[in-house]
Amino acid sequence: MADASLPGAGGGAVGAAPVTPGPVKGPGGGPRRSIMGTPPWLAALFLLPALVLLGALVAYPIVYTIHRSLYDAGGSGFVGLKNFGTVFSDHGILTAVRNNAIWVVVAPTVATALGLVFAVLTERVRWGTAFKLVVFMPMAISMLAAGIIFRLVYDQDPSRGVANAVVVAVHDTFTSNAAYPGARPRPNSDLAPTAGGSYTSKSTASVGTSANLPLVGIPQNKLPAGAQQAKPAAPKPDAVTGTVWLDFRPGGTGKPGVIDPGEKALSGVKVQAVKNGKVVASAKSGKDGTYTLPSSAAGAQLRLPASNFAEKYNGINWLGPSLVTPSIIASYVWMWAGFAMVLIAAGLAGVPRELLEQARVDGANEWQVFRRITVPLLAPVLVVVMVTLMINVLKIFDLVYIIAPGQTQSNANVLALQLYLSSFGGGNDQGVGSAIGVILLLLVLPVMIVNIRRLRREGRR
Amino acid sequence: MLSLNTSKDRSLETNPAHRVVRRTTRIALAAVAASALALTAAACGSSSDDGKKSGQNSSSPSASKGNGSSLQLPDLHGQKLEVAAVWTGPEQANFMKVLKEFDKRTGAKTSYVPTGDSQSTFLGTKVEGGAPPDVAFLAQNGVLHQFADKGWIKPLGPEAQAQLTANFSPGWQKLGAWKGKQYGIYAKVSNKSLIWYNAAAFGNAGASEPKTWADFLKTAETIFESGTPPVSIGGADGWTLTDWFENIYLSQAGPDMYDKLAAHTIKWTDPTVKTALTTLAQLFGNKDLVDGGARGALAADFPKSVTQVFTGSSPAAMVYEGDFVSAFISGNTKAKVGTDAKVFPFPAVGTGKPPVVSGGDVAVAMKDSKGAQALLTFIGSTDAAKIWAGGGGYLSPNKSMDLSAYPDDVQRNIAKALIAAGDDFRFDMSDQAPAAFGGTKGEGEWKDLQDFLAKPSDVAGAQAKLEADAAKAYGS
Repeated sequence: MADASLPGAGGGAVGAAPVTPGPVKGPGGGPRRSIMGTPPWLAALFLLPALVLLGALVAYPIVYTIHRSLYDAGGSGFVGLKNFGTVFSDHGILTAVRNNAIWVVVAPTVATALGLVFAVLTERVRWGTAFKLVVFMPMAISMLAAGIIFRLVYDQDPSRGVANAVVVAVHDTFTSNAAYPGARPRPNSDLAPTAGGSYTSKSTASVGTSANLPLVGIPQNKLPAGAQQAKPAAPKPDAVTGTVWLDFRPGGTGKPGVIDPGEKALSGVKVQAVKNGKVVASAKSGKDGTYTLPSSAAGAQLRLPASNFAEKYNGINWLGPSLVTPSIIASYVWMWAGFAMVLIAAGLAGVPRELLEQARVDGANEWQVFRRITVPLLAPVLVVVMVTLMINVLKIFDLVYIIAPGQTQSNANVLALQLYLSSFGGGNDQGVGSAIGVILLLLVLPVMIVNIRRLRREGRR
Repeated sequence: MLSLNTSKDRSLETNPAHRVVRRTTRIALAAVAASALALTAAACGSSSDDGKKSGQNSSSPSASKGNGSSLQLPDLHGQKLEVAAVWTGPEQANFMKVLKEFDKRTGAKTSYVPTGDSQSTFLGTKVEGGAPPDVAFLAQNGVLHQFADKGWIKPLGPEAQAQLTANFSPGWQKLGAWKGKQYGIYAKVSNKSLIWYNAAAFGNAGASEPKTWADFLKTAETIFESGTPPVSIGGADGWTLTDWFENIYLSQAGPDMYDKLAAHTIKWTDPTVKTALTTLAQLFGNKDLVDGGARGALAADFPKSVTQVFTGSSPAAMVYEGDFVSAFISGNTKAKVGTDAKVFPFPAVGTGKPPVVSGGDVAVAMKDSKGAQALLTFIGSTDAAKIWAGGGGYLSPNKSMDLSAYPDDVQRNIAKALIAAGDDFRFDMSDQAPAAFGGTKGEGEWKDLQDFLAKPSDVAGAQAKLEADAAKAYGS
């Protein structure tokens, strides 16, 4: 993974290539000797194994990929640039291109910024090394394992996914939960669903008779501890009364709408009396499920507001269509911030202390020292880290492939993943796959060139 | 490549259900890669059978073993046979018993190789390398066609053909044939038209096993009223959703339409598809009936969809999938199949018959050897089916086999439903489709039905997407 993207390896491989033609086919024909006195054939002999390996493992695949990208799925029909046309017209592949752009901009920047902050801060902490060790540790995990870890982290179920566990815990601290989430009356009963998740009776309440409000859909083991047997409310001449209860008896033996023995009362349910859309009175059901509304409620419809039934807060849909890419980028940053930190810390060690001391003596505050001295001095290292990460990110595959669930995989798509999917993922169109490969190569080239140039400059120094 | 395979299996434990997941996840990798180097395939076939010529058949130790079986197997002393299939774990152990019996009867030495995730790639590379296994069990119908076209598999010999004709209904025979030639025997199959339920939840709700789709919805409603989430759906795995659809479509539109849709001779925008999706939406679109609502269903993969019916503080009541759920329940939950976990056949939808959708592994010869044909003959025989069935977790379409060979009632009833369907059963539609449409995570039918689960009101939109993807994958 890291091998190909490290500037040393990449630069070395490509940098070696242009050197070779000189001695191999030297001009003039006759045997010529280089400065060291080695005959060209000897140089060629020593270079041969490397050249063969490079040719077989790097040059040939590149050439063949370009060649293959001009042929159709079967590999026999020449189609010219049609595959590239497909790449740029397929909606799914365009999403991949867009996501790759987001990745290349966001991931290296955030990882480098975090790495910089960590590096600078750990320098002045006593336990800096231990901290660095911890931050760097994710690098020791393979992308695949990290992907599996983060799939669990982002799990929707708060009892499995730690991200949602935190979100739900925080949310529940600030808002209270409904007493009976998910409960509702039986369909086609007197209570009918109304706006906003509330339920309203079709009939109107009157004094002297009890208006019972049966609900279903609550597991017996989710009833509050000590739930009592539901009691029919005693009719009162000057009030509207009734019972709210769980109209279900284990075994399904109860009669709908009738308070059977064994059916439990639902306490604490808010009951509102509504006249012409206005709440004229409200009450809460007691321990035995009964409620009492004043006589002003007579002639009103009874409403059970949605606050009784609000579904439990389920956390954030991390891997949903809109958040899946940011979520995966976050997991990437988790892995690679440590890498950035270690490189930057190494660079930081080379920053002359005197300059920092000098600035402090001159009255600069810590932020100014950081902003004006440390960062500019570190700029070359920061560029190395950024470029390395960019190359790395361009070919990101594993994390996306593993973390994104099937349904949102297309929302999280990136070029390398699309390359795999087009070539082997069912479509088996290696023509299009190769075309994507060529495009990836073209995208990596400029970054590579920047890297090589920089290395050359360093070499000259 | 290795890492990719592993990643596919991420949330799956070692169990038979695992295999099914793989099977449906499988991608036909070999298609293009194979074309270049396939030359060796034909050359190697002849090499293995020139050793022992027959004539020793009379002295063969095969001479019928109980039950008046008249199975004749040649003497294969000193021959080595390689068998490849996707099975691992208990399924592999079970199959090894069959191979052992074959060794005992013929004197051959058989060895077993699990093919792993991408079966066609695995076998394709073996063929290219000049060392195909003698017999392979292909998990996808489409792979059989693909291999037959390439000449990688050999037609059945007369002895194997005789076993096939005697023991298998024409429907199963036809599935193993391609372009007029009989290549394979569907010796191990699955019944994917089963709904498993938590007996305690049914008892609590006072619900009984529904026979029709309308009853099924009513039962689900009753179960909801009892406070139990009625139906658990493993929507994170697209293949469970395709199986839902296939059952409804097969029962509602009938086998003929099913075949047409499977071959994509009618479009997914067909009115029958609309009716089927609308029917499916009666379940998918009712958040009370689906455990966790659509969002919960989309977050649950197949293993989770099963475990959340039989474990936890508020288990769901029902989960749909094939017979392999049984092994999964035994392996991953404390529920006992037959008492805590029961099963009923997928209900009939509309005026149709209850559907029987099935899948299976087809045994094919990849070498032109006597040993391979002998093994196929044995695999097609009732003797082998009996040994196989005794180990459990196995269903045979072999109609000559006595149902008493199955170890328990659950397995027996599942098998009975399968045999009773006669030739009205249908092979899993998504396994017949090109992998890009019916077998790839995040693409084609899997993805479109997941989107449909997320938004069941948009039947027309789902149809349009299905048709667009199908047209692309079928290349029509």
